[in-house]
This record gives sequence, structure tokens and C-alpha cells, in this order.
Amino acid sequence: MARYAREVAVVAFAQSDHLRRTDELSEVEMVMPVLHQVLAATGLKAGEIGFTCSGSSDYLAGRAFSFTMTLDGVGAWPPISESHVEMDGAWALYEAWVKIQTGEADTALVYSYGKSSPGSVRDVLTRQLDPYYVAPLWPDSVALAALQARALIDAGETDESALAAIGARSRADAGANPHAQLRGSVPQGDYQVRPLRTGDCPPVGDGVAAVVLAAGDLARQLCERPAWITGIDHRIEAHSLGLRDLTDSPSTRIAAEHAGVFEAPVDTAELHAPFSSQEVVLRKALGLADDVAVNPSGGALAANPMMAAGLIRIGEAAARIHRGESHRVVAHATSGPCLQQNLVAVLEGDRA
Amino acid sequence: MTAASPPEILRAPLIVEFPFTRSLGPVQSAFLSGLRERTVLGVKTSDGRVMVPPVEYDPVTAEEIRDLVEVAATGTVTTWAWNDRPRSQQPLDTPFAWVLVKLDGADTALLHVLDAPGPDAVRTGMRVRVRWAAERTGAITDIACFEPYEGPAGGAALPHDGDFADAVTGIVAEARLDYVYSPGRAQTAYINALSDRRTVGERCPSCHKVYVPPRGACPTCGVATTDRVEVGPAGTVTTYCIVNIKARNLDIEVPYVYAHIALDGAGLALHGRIGGIPYDQVRMGLRVEPVWTEGGRYPDHYRPTGEPDADYDAYKELI
Repeated sequence: MARYAREVAVVAFAQSDHLRRTDELSEVEMVMPVLHQVLAATGLKAGEIGFTCSGSSDYLAGRAFSFTMTLDGVGAWPPISESHVEMDGAWALYEAWVKIQTGEADTALVYSYGKSSPGSVRDVLTRQLDPYYVAPLWPDSVALAALQARALIDAGETDESALAAIGARSRADAGANPHAQLRGSVPQGDYQVRPLRTGDCPPVGDGVAAVVLAAGDLARQLCERPAWITGIDHRIEAHSLGLRDLTDSPSTRIAAEHAGVFEAPVDTAELHAPFSSQEVVLRKALGLADDVAVNPSGGALAANPMMAAGLIRIGEAAARIHRGESHRVVAHATSGPCLQQNLVAVLEGDRA
Repeated sequence: MTAASPPEILRAPLIVEFPFTRSLGPVQSAFLSGLRERTVLGVKTSDGRVMVPPVEYDPVTAEEIRDLVEVAATGTVTTWAWNDRPRSQQPLDTPFAWVLVKLDGADTALLHVLDAPGPDAVRTGMRVRVRWAAERTGAITDIACFEPYEGPAGGAALPHDGDFADAVTGIVAEARLDYVYSPGRAQTAYINALSDRRTVGERCPSCHKVYVPPRGACPTCGVATTDRVEVGPAGTVTTYCIVNIKARNLDIEVPYVYAHIALDGAGLALHGRIGGIPYDQVRMGLRVEPVWTEGGRYPDHYRPTGEPDADYDAYKELI
């Protein structure tokens, strides 16, 4: 625990049910129940939180400054100490963790949400690409993942049946996760962009996640078994896909080294791998042993609300520690095409 | 009134277009000008590798790199993915392969599309060449696509000065995204009431403030606003400004008055134009009521009711 100035733990996690559509709800109406739930788990009131940080993207629903609207659900008046990232909530959590490390806050509320149903997420995500050389071609998110999958197959690291097994295992495990969008047996289906079939791709849906962070003894007061963040780091690859070895993820490996993943065995991994082929890359980068439970929640192949699915990995990892089901978990979040940016965190429970 | 059964969900198309005009630096300008002239340029990185497409800073060392070279328009597929259902804005409208192509003379790969009869005709390692667009403007789409190629390979990269007549210095990056917008529970109720020429807000169950228009949450208490409350129709001007600039596509004579109006029963003011009174006679405390036009979906403007002005103390908390 001496890695950082302060001990910081995830003390509560909540998420919505992840659904294909939520037309009857505005974004704040979708977010607010999850905020109430995560605060209720700690007994804290909105005004008692030291720092609030959210993650979302206006491009998903086509609504400018939508995050300012969702702040209404926090109770942000009189003004609170608050920030936002146009990224997955895992990076909002990172900012909140830094804020607590500086001593400026002892608690933080982190939430993120994605409402992808109003638009076409495959097209929307093309707008995050290099605007000069790539975005004018409109390569959608599935196409770019399929280029990576082909590179893995050509390298002999996987094949189509192994990829199908990853999707099947994820959705079978999601049978125990009432929030997941796809649960149980799901047909592998046709090629979306070959070699990826429907079953290799994440569902498109709307959803919300939230966690509460707390430092030191306060964390122990708020939570019976805090999930201590004993390491956290994030790294990014060069943005040109043709410059990268798509079969590997050096950014994940370096982030994992800095987070201390390799210093002791982990029993569980929550990996943000929206496509089955990306789990192959991440397992290799993190050097996961065969006995590590990977994505017992079902992972992003069972529910992938944009901007929330990475934070959910940290939340699910923490929840396993809260419940005493895991002791040392690695949680991972990704952003951008083909695992471009990666965040790795280690969460640990107190040893009895 | 209390929020009971969910009203019919409102939906409307929402199109977001953003044609960004982007400047090119010297390297990107040379590359895109080169494509217009059927010439493919790369740049040498600090460690001597040839990067295509070229960038202006070394991806490893961040050093400025300007050492341009010309590479061949032929190359080798390093990975591919077959797209059976082209999406509307993608380069080809028949099934095609996404490819990363390492051009002869280059050390990195370029993302583009390959026109091929089917997935069985594509493999990693296959040879391809550029098919140039008939009309070229200095854009990545000047490469219409790649096509299978069995001829001789190109040689090593050769130095190039990057000078082209009438070099392109910018691109317009067109983007259009189509959405179907749904306003959610609270705003749906507000819009539905407006169609009956009624204005409906929602009251916070905690602090009892009435929000108009409602957005479903009280930003002070962070809880859902639940009780629907009809407000107005009359209200009070809490503050205002005089607009002297004529807006494009707005058929209103200047000067006119735009005001904050606290409808009776509302806990905050909404915006509206004031009409039916000379602009220089509008004042704080003026009592106004909405004026609807035939087929209008919200009040066209507000006009004086003729009542005495409201006392300042009655609206000072709403300014």
C-alpha cells in the first residue's frame, strides 16, 4: 500500500439495467436512480461528497453539453467541486483518485453513462478517428476490431471457434448478472464484418454506472470490506493503426506494470474487451494464468454501455471484493479503436 | 396532477452536421497534394523508417520530422476484414474489404478499402495497387480504393521535396450523424401540454420549487421532480434586454424585447419575446400573457395583460 500517498478504496458500486433502448427517459432521468442507489449504499448524502467526476460523450445521443443536464441529478447547487471527462468513466475515476491523493477530497462520486440508442454508435465512433486520413473513410468500430481479429488469426493466436467460445462463456456467466443486456445462450450469428460474427461483438445499449471512492479510515467506516485501489495507471498507443502491432497491447502491459499487477497473483480479471478478439490481446498483455476467472460479470460482450462499460469493470471487480468473493482483482478499461488507450487497476481486500 | 402512466413517447429526427475546416501542416499538405497528383509520399521517422501516411512529429520521439520520400502505389495487405454491408458514407457501395496496406518502400501500413469480388479473393500478404479517383481534390479519398495487382513490385522510397503547385492547405471534413431524439418523461409531458396551449412544470418533492420547463430533476436537491403543476398562463417580466441585431431567418423587426418571464406559480423564469407594447415601455414587473399563433407549438410571444405591475418583492427571488 506504500505505492501512493493515501489509501483509497471503492466503497460502493451501482449500475442500471443495460437496455437496448430507454426512449422514455432523458439522460438525467436514466442516471439519477443509480446515483441515489450508490449514495444510499454508503449512507452519504450528495452534499457530503468531496469531489464529483463524470464521464460521457455528447456524440452518442447527439445532445450538446448533456453532462451539465445530468448534474441536476447530483444536486449540484449550491456549486459542488466537480469535473467531467469526455471518456469512459474509468478515466473519471482516475481523476477522482488523483484528487483524493492530493488531499483535496476524502470522498468522490464517480459516474458515467451512455445513451447510444438515439444514434448509430458504429457511425458515431468514426468521429473519434484521425480526421485527415481515417475519418473520411468512415471505418466503423466493428470494421476496425475485425482488422485486429484477422491479424490475431493470421498470427495463430486464435481462431473463429475460440473467439465464439469467448462470447459464449461471457453470456453464460452473465446469466448470474441481472443488469446484463445479453444473458445465457446467444446465437453466434452471421458475419458482421468478417471474421467477426454477431456473437463476437458487444450489444449496443443504454446504461449507467456509479462508484463511491473514499480514503483511509473513512473507507472502513463506509464499507465493511473496502476494495482498495492498490495500483492504477493508464497508457495510450500511437493513433495510426498501421503503426501498431494489433496483436499486442504494450500500453496495457506498461500500465499493468505500473499498477503492480505482476507483483502478486490475481484471482479475477474484469477486462473491458468489447470484442471477443480483444480478450485474447488483453490476456496476453496481462499474462493471466489459466486459473484466473475472467469477466465473471459477463464483461462488455454482455453489456457495453459506451462510456460506462470500463467503469463497470472496476465496479464489478470492487463488488466481488465487497462480497468476499475475490481478494486481488485486476480491472481494465479501454477507449478508442482496437484497444488504443488502456487503464489498469488492481483492487485488493484486507486480508483476514 | 401526479406523474402516472407514462405518456406516449415523443420522437423526432435530429440531424447533426459539422463540416469542420481543418488546416494542414507542411507534411500533411504535401501528402494530400501528392495524392491529387497520383503521388504517394511518406516521411522518414527518427529511426529511419518510412511512415505512410506521414505525420509531422515522430510517434516515438515526438521530434519534428520533415524528410519526405516517395513510395510506390503498389503494396501488400497486412490485415483485412470483409464488409458485406457497406454503410452509407463508406468509400464503396458494393461489398469490399477493409485493408491495412504496406506500400512498397514503406515500413508502416495505410488504412483503406479494397475492391475485390468476395472474401475468398482476399488474403493477408496479397498484392494490391491504388485505384485513383477520377476527380481528385487533395484528400485521402483521392485513393478511390485498392485493387488486386499481380505486376512487379515498386522499389525503395526515393527522396521527394514535397513541392506541388497549388498545394492544398486545408480540408473540409464533412460529417453528418442521424439521430432519433426522445425527450424523456418530464419534457414529453411539457411538450404534450404545450400542444393544448397549457404550460406544465414539475415540483420538487423536497424543496417544493416548481421547474418550468421541467427536466425531471431538481438540481438543488438531486431528486426527481414528480408532481406536475400547471402554471401561468400569465406571468411577470423579471428582467429583459432590447435586441438591436436582426437575426438571420428571423422575421422580427428590431428593436424588440427579449425577457425572462416568471409564469404565475413557477419557481424560475423562462425566456420569451415581448410584443404588443413599444420596446422602450417594457419594464421589470410588467404583467404579460402568452400569444399563440395558429398551428404554433409554443407561444409566439407575450403581451401585456393590462394588470398593474407586480410588486418587486413578489418576483425578486426569481430574477
